[in-house]
Amino acid sequence: MGNQEKGKGLMESQNSADKLTALVVDDDKLVRMIHQGLLKRAGVKNEAVKNGKEAVDIHYSGQRFDIILMDKEMPIMTGIEATKKLRSMGILSKIIGVSSCTEAKKQEFLKAGIDDYQVKPLTIGVLNSILEVVKARK
Amino acid sequence: MDGKVQLQKQLFDYTASLFQEGFLDNQFNQLEQLQDESNPDFVVEVVTLFFDDAERILNELTTSLGQEKIDFKRLDAHVHQLKGSSSSIGAQRVHEACIPFRNFCTEQNVEGCLKSLQQVKHEYSLVKSKLETLFKMEEELLASSLADLKVV
Repeated sequence: MGNQEKGKGLMESQNSADKLTALVVDDDKLVRMIHQGLLKRAGVKNEAVKNGKEAVDIHYSGQRFDIILMDKEMPIMTGIEATKKLRSMGILSKIIGVSSCTEAKKQEFLKAGIDDYQVKPLTIGVLNSILEVVKARK
Repeated sequence: MDGKVQLQKQLFDYTASLFQEGFLDNQFNQLEQLQDESNPDFVVEVVTLFFDDAERILNELTTSLGQEKIDFKRLDAHVHQLKGSSSSIGAQRVHEACIPFRNFCTEQNVEGCLKSLQQVKHEYSLVKSKLETLFKMEEELLASSLADLKVV
């Protein structure tokens, strides 16, 4: 804990095991905004990147997240490619495959290693049920 | 005080009518729930972004359909994007107008695409105008509330 004021630590502990972290991966700024708004409301610390390659790079730099919201269709590196890469890197985060299509390439995405598949944008209800599962795991 | 209550009622009724007439759907409610003191302009910001995106796409669609050799794949990709973003903010009628448009793109039906584009543009301008009215009403209500606070 070092020299931090003990009194302040209760609500804002830096590495609280209870505070989840998430990465939003989507090329659409509108979707990024909405998903980040959703996560913020749920108290989940989050970051956003624009494509699969940036998602992989952020992990190379050492960052880790409890949850990754991975869009399917993105330029430079797709969600399917990025998921495969992250899994091969040993990343065990809960990856939610997110797409505007209900069935297209769903199987391929699942095979790549996502834990769940949702249509975007996520709603508050859907996000909450995802968070329940992740918190229980922790 | 009276004026404020009236404004509130007007805003409530107007919003309800937008849902009843199918201009907005539940996704818009979701956005409203994401707005709070730490994010006070969330809905306006997201909707403004949608307006910018939509206008850019509609211009692209118009240009593409004016080409000698129409790239239907590219056309479809743009309609798909507009379909997605309109759905994201709850602009139900715009979203629905994109569905037959995509089918015409797949069929490479120019006539159908042109008609659909007109329909999408029409629905977009309607929802844009209605949302702008909604935001203006909210501003007036806010101004009225602030004016109340000044009377000590």
